[in-house]
Amino acid sequence: MEMNLAILLLLSPFVGFLFNVFFGKKVSKGFSGTIGTLTVVVSFLLSVCFFAQLNQNGKAFEFSLFDWIQVGNFKLNFGILLDQLSILWLLFVTGIGSLIHLYSISYMHDDENMHKFFAYLNLFVFFMITLVVGSNLLVMFIGWEGVGLCSYLLIGFWYKNQDYNDAAKKAFIMNRVGDLGLLIGIFILAINLDTINFTDLNAGVVALNKTGGNQALQWAALCLFIGATGKSAQIPLYTWLPDAMAGPTPVSALIHAATMVTAGIFMVTRMNFLFDLTPNVQHVIAIIGTITALVAAAIGLLQNDIKKVLAYSTVSQLGLMFLALGLGAYNVAVFHVITHAFFKACLFLGSGSVIHGLHGEQDMRKMGGLRKAMPITFWTMMISTLAIAGIFPFAGFWSKDEILMTAFHENKTLWIVASIASIMTAFYMFRLMYLTFFREFRGTEEQKNHLHESPSLITIPLVILAVLATIGGAINLPGSTWLNHYLEPILAGKHEEHHLGSTEYMLMGIALVGAIIGIVLAYSKYIKQAFVPKTDNEIVGFSKTIYNKFYVDELYTATIVKPINALSNFFRTTLEPALSKVVFSFGSVAYGLSSQGRKLQNGNIGLYLFVFVIGICAIITYLFIAQ
Amino acid sequence: MGNILNEIGIENYIFLSVLLFCIGVFGVLYRRNAIIVFMSIEIMLNAVNLLFVAFSTYHQDAEGQVFVFFSMAVAAAEVAVGLAILVSVFRNLGSIDIDNLKNLKG
Amino acid sequence: MSPILITFYFLAAITLATAFLTIYSKNPIHSAIYLIICFFSIGGHYLLFNAQFLAIVHIIVYAGAIMVLMLFTIMLMNLNKEDEVHKPRITRLGAIVVFVVMSIVLVTIFINSKTIVGEYDTSGEDFQSIKKLGNVLLNEYMVPFEYASVLLLVAMIGTVLLSKKEKPGK
Repeated sequence: MEMNLAILLLLSPFVGFLFNVFFGKKVSKGFSGTIGTLTVVVSFLLSVCFFAQLNQNGKAFEFSLFDWIQVGNFKLNFGILLDQLSILWLLFVTGIGSLIHLYSISYMHDDENMHKFFAYLNLFVFFMITLVVGSNLLVMFIGWEGVGLCSYLLIGFWYKNQDYNDAAKKAFIMNRVGDLGLLIGIFILAINLDTINFTDLNAGVVALNKTGGNQALQWAALCLFIGATGKSAQIPLYTWLPDAMAGPTPVSALIHAATMVTAGIFMVTRMNFLFDLTPNVQHVIAIIGTITALVAAAIGLLQNDIKKVLAYSTVSQLGLMFLALGLGAYNVAVFHVITHAFFKACLFLGSGSVIHGLHGEQDMRKMGGLRKAMPITFWTMMISTLAIAGIFPFAGFWSKDEILMTAFHENKTLWIVASIASIMTAFYMFRLMYLTFFREFRGTEEQKNHLHESPSLITIPLVILAVLATIGGAINLPGSTWLNHYLEPILAGKHEEHHLGSTEYMLMGIALVGAIIGIVLAYSKYIKQAFVPKTDNEIVGFSKTIYNKFYVDELYTATIVKPINALSNFFRTTLEPALSKVVFSFGSVAYGLSSQGRKLQNGNIGLYLFVFVIGICAIITYLFIAQ
Repeated sequence: MGNILNEIGIENYIFLSVLLFCIGVFGVLYRRNAIIVFMSIEIMLNAVNLLFVAFSTYHQDAEGQVFVFFSMAVAAAEVAVGLAILVSVFRNLGSIDIDNLKNLKG
Repeated sequence: MSPILITFYFLAAITLATAFLTIYSKNPIHSAIYLIICFFSIGGHYLLFNAQFLAIVHIIVYAGAIMVLMLFTIMLMNLNKEDEVHKPRITRLGAIVVFVVMSIVLVTIFINSKTIVGEYDTSGEDFQSIKKLGNVLLNEYMVPFEYASVLLLVAMIGTVLLSKKEKPGK
């Protein structure tokens, strides 16, 4: 029974995908959207069932669908593992997924390829579930690759625009680099431990560490982390995520903010026993997470595209999560993943609502004053902004505060850098709000006349997410740490409770003050001084560097793309013709010889017979006489 | 009854069949008429048969003669099919001169 | 010189001469007749070996069946004329050279091989009567014997198919 339900949970979105692929064009747009949404809702309800069951008996549920690979000692099942961690992920993947599907019915209604959109979305949810519920690294890898594929398909959904296609390819290729790391990590573990089942790995890793295999474990952990940097957009592989905003806004909300990009964090949390044994790698993770948080936040300060701001904000928040992972506070990272999923999905959907209301305008310089025209969008986004900025008592406050608190206890430098990144977050998020919703409208007259609140299918998910962004912190309040207890079987009680003392209250206060400083700065600049960002070519000095994203893309082009291009050019123009000349020369020699030999075959039977008899004489002479 | 070879000698038979065989080869190479070529082939076959029988007697064993029977069966089949082919060649070309059969030329 | 040896030389002379004439005579009918004589002389050799059954079979198959077939074919094609064009002189010269070379090579082989010294074996057993041959043929060589019949059948069908006149328009 449970097994069937679990399979249904997995396959339900896949059914939606098949339906939309094969019949989506024949049915009406609303119907194909409804099917797409319902299949995800089914998965969500089943996840809730499993969650309730797990809460009752607290036992993880694992089963194998079939034997998959058997090579020597290495044996692998295609298995499903439903434990605390995977069900938690399932809940918000399918939950937020359902809301975003609902939202997309309205948002994508004018698109001619709506059925295709829903097919891709359903496929994405299917692969995401596979990623989460896989009982070993290889099943997870299938999901990992699958979500990458869907991400590619959805970023390039409007394939008629070449820039969008380029963005899709960029995302795919950058992910590929990371995936190679992940794959190598899996190989290292498989070679050394003969298993990649999560349940067996734990004991295996500990045993290997005792017998002096720490070197291999470090390499494995580092490779796995490289995989995570690709999927979760960390330095140095983060540049694809801002470009991925080329896709439709619901995609940005679902894939590039709430779910797929958290796969790296999921994987690291899954393998926490491995990372716990490799402190060097943990340091690397913490440092990279912090730097990413700071750099992305800095770039976000000056972006003018509403979705780009949110994208850099996502990268920055993911950096904070990796900081927590690097410090060994997996539960804190998971907590932030969940709250972040709520408010970031809400922000993206809100920005989608704004873009929808302005008929595709994404530049904040041409917005403003939308507060009155779109009240629901404004208030929900405002709540989420307060949450991401870390204002008491919204969800983001609790999770971000936990991260900062952990950082403070472990390493003061990281704490300072992360706090600066938080202040920046507050600043650029309120900059976004002020530019978009306050003061007067800066767009064209025509747009102004058409300003309207989005339909209810768009606003309902916004409201739900806003509510969650408000109260989401309750699952892990410093006093009643439900999430920590819930995750105990996975993390084996490795976390330590922060006892609420004066230091902790002081830290909360500092964080809050920092957020308020950011907000005040934004207020004075964009409300008081009524500052509107300048046009692209007026930006000078250091802000120009930031506005151009520290020229990281250009750097990658110069150091990686250009040399490879030059090398390929060299191969194509010089090496390949030279090689073909060598190969062709063999052919021409054979051709010349055979065209001479052809003359012997003149069709004269008499001659053939002569040669035949003489040949026999020669053979006989050689065999019997010459010896 | 004694061995006949005591009076003739196996060498004589060997030389006889070698000569017969070479005459056959010579015929194949010398003539253009396909039927004569066929006859030459028959002569070669008979040369071999003769040697078989000579050595059968030399070893006082029946197997050599059994092989001659098989060789005769094959020769009969060969002649039947070969002549049929010749007939149809003659029907199509009006001659059985092997130098005229040059369709094999590539 | 024993009478048997004289008989052998006589038969061998006939065999070689008729074989040569078969190839040399210009008229195919003459060739065929020389060849029949040649076959009969070879049959004589078989009798000399006391292989009567083989000799009879040889006469029946070669002189009786094969040569009759050939004669029919020659007459069917109306070839009893001496109208054959000679091969080019160089080819004929080549044929003679090859003939000589081949003879020398083969004879050299036999001369080079181990010479037989002393008496030939005489087992005294019966090894070439019809009874004995029949036993060998149908016991040890049963399967090849059956295959030979299949071969003859296939050859027969093939011959019929080949010599059948093609229907027009097909």
